[in-house]
Amino acid sequence: MGYTKDQLLARLKELQIDFAQYEHPTVLTVEAQAKYVGDKGGGLTKNLFLKDKKSRLYIVSALADTKVDMKVLSQRLGLGKGGIRMAPEEALGEILQVPLGCVTPFALVNESARHVSLLLDKGFRTQEHCFFHPLSNDMSISLHANDLDKFLKSVGREATFVDLEANPPVGKDQPPDLAAFVPSGSTILSDPPEKTVPLQGHTENPVSAYKKSTATTVKTTKVPVAVKNVKDKLAVAAHQPSVFSDAGLLVEEILNRTSSLLLSEIKEDSIRQHGEHLGTVVADNIKKRLSSDLKSLAIMFKNTAYAQGFYAGTHHHPKPL
Amino acid sequence: MGEEELEQEQEQVVNPWEVSAKDGGKIDYDKLIDKFGCQRLDQSLIDRVHRLTGSPPHVFLRRGVFFAHRDFNEILDAYEGGKKFYLYTGRGPSSQSLHLGHLIPFMFTKYLQEAFKVPLVIQLTDDEKCMWKNLSVEESKRLARENARDIIACGFDITRTFIFQDFEYVGGSFYNNMVKVEKCVTYNKVVGIFGFSGEDHIGKVSFPAVQAVPSFPSSFPHLFSGKDDLRCLIPCAIDQGETGKMSASDPNSAIYVTDSAKEIKNKINKHAFSGGQDSLEKHRKYGANLEVDIPIKYLNFFLEDDDELEHIKKEYAAGRVLTGEVKKRLAEVLTELVERHRLARSAVTDEMVDAFMAVRPLPNMFD
Repeated sequence: MGYTKDQLLARLKELQIDFAQYEHPTVLTVEAQAKYVGDKGGGLTKNLFLKDKKSRLYIVSALADTKVDMKVLSQRLGLGKGGIRMAPEEALGEILQVPLGCVTPFALVNESARHVSLLLDKGFRTQEHCFFHPLSNDMSISLHANDLDKFLKSVGREATFVDLEANPPVGKDQPPDLAAFVPSGSTILSDPPEKTVPLQGHTENPVSAYKKSTATTVKTTKVPVAVKNVKDKLAVAAHQPSVFSDAGLLVEEILNRTSSLLLSEIKEDSIRQHGEHLGTVVADNIKKRLSSDLKSLAIMFKNTAYAQGFYAGTHHHPKPL
Repeated sequence: MGEEELEQEQEQVVNPWEVSAKDGGKIDYDKLIDKFGCQRLDQSLIDRVHRLTGSPPHVFLRRGVFFAHRDFNEILDAYEGGKKFYLYTGRGPSSQSLHLGHLIPFMFTKYLQEAFKVPLVIQLTDDEKCMWKNLSVEESKRLARENARDIIACGFDITRTFIFQDFEYVGGSFYNNMVKVEKCVTYNKVVGIFGFSGEDHIGKVSFPAVQAVPSFPSSFPHLFSGKDDLRCLIPCAIDQGETGKMSASDPNSAIYVTDSAKEIKNKINKHAFSGGQDSLEKHRKYGANLEVDIPIKYLNFFLEDDDELEHIKKEYAAGRVLTGEVKKRLAEVLTELVERHRLARSAVTDEMVDAFMAVRPLPNMFD
């Protein structure tokens, strides 16, 4: 069952988050909401619940005045033009578990919304406080962007503030700068060849995995860094033995590759085809097909040894005589 | 006067920022060679390389991917006489992800390093990107280090390779040479070459010197001190942005080194323009048009086995092999490449990048 407004408010108090609450008749639009809290300073927000062609979901939460161009947003996410549209009403109830007209970042407190990506207007940070619905349209709460951040962290989410009005070019040398916001299980660990290292925090949530490199503003080119992050972690974790640092593992890898290639080449057909010459044929094939892979392993083994030696040498402080 | 200008507009365009053919056709490489004062890399030169290095010439040489040179014969003459040279290449780190097109000059350079057993300097022009792409200094520097990882993963030998980024290395002897070069080039000349206007900022105007100076050994006193007559060979590409893209119009169709086998297969199937016929019967009858077939073009680049490539081309043109089969083979070849790269990249640690980029002597660089 989805969180109720009261449960949310209690949660906010528990977290000692500063907020003000205003009850009012049910409102379905920002204009209607403005009638009741428009004079209280701070920023009114509009909240869009969006869906892309692969049914991935997004909440875009922005100041009411911020212009959000859906075509631009779609491109910046790497979904091409027109790749994003309003999510269907059913999704509101099913995923966000809020009523119509009540889209709010606070809906992410619900487990059902764990795969929904969140984009927050960087304009929030310039406001003293911003208004959101606390899971129900008959109330508005206002709080500072930092407190929203605090709340999101408490539910395992990263609050990333984006310049929603920016329109950076997207092309061959400029990958979509918001591509990291596209939720996906597969981009995080795309067939890593070796052991996988668990990501920090909640592995379900792709957004929190980008903690390392997603800074506060995402204006410059940022491409799905999740894969790179994993590779970095794999590299760091390679202070454990790997094929690149341990001779035994290297040789094992070489022999494994050679044997499996050998086995795949020696079959009934090939025996029949080449007869006594099969040996020469297979030997040639092995050289041809394994040469590049093995050279690559070997050079990286060499480079690793050198790098480790170099590090040791440059950090060596000889004892004063 | 007017006529002359009109003629120029219709010519093909090759400058630091754009490569386009006349009327959207194919690049005329002979005209290009002529215009830049180069010569064709013909078979006799390729054979000479084979003889001198004792190893088979790289696939890119055999297939004409690298097709022109200037004074390469002279470097080979010197090499034959026991006089070595060093290699110089570089990258402008503007994006974190590299696609296959970006890797090509590095793959070729790695072959040259290995075959000739010579040192290499790799320049990361983070300052250029900071200036032209308006990135912050921090971001440019960060991208340079990220790109260094992919470059290292191409398999360069750390005992013969010095990677540097402008924001860290420019100064000392390097800067001395920059000023010497700058003094030789008038403002008018540089405006003529690069098309600067009064509105372009001053950083851009003298930047060309930064890229010229690595070709002088005295720019690297920690490597080449005392070897002032050491020659420098610079492999470079003209339209490297285009390769790796399955569809010219869709930048997202390029094969990135981070793509999974599945993504590679999909990109090829979805975007790679096929020269095959519309229907099975027509294809069996007329065969494929190899000229426009994108998968064949990429197999030409990346399938190392000459015999296999010839066989595929022959059978495809005769209609005996289908587009699907060619695409499948291409997917295999590219996946193998990308996975090898990924595995190598997983070996690259911060310490390794630091070591490649450390200003240090390379005592074994010619061994």
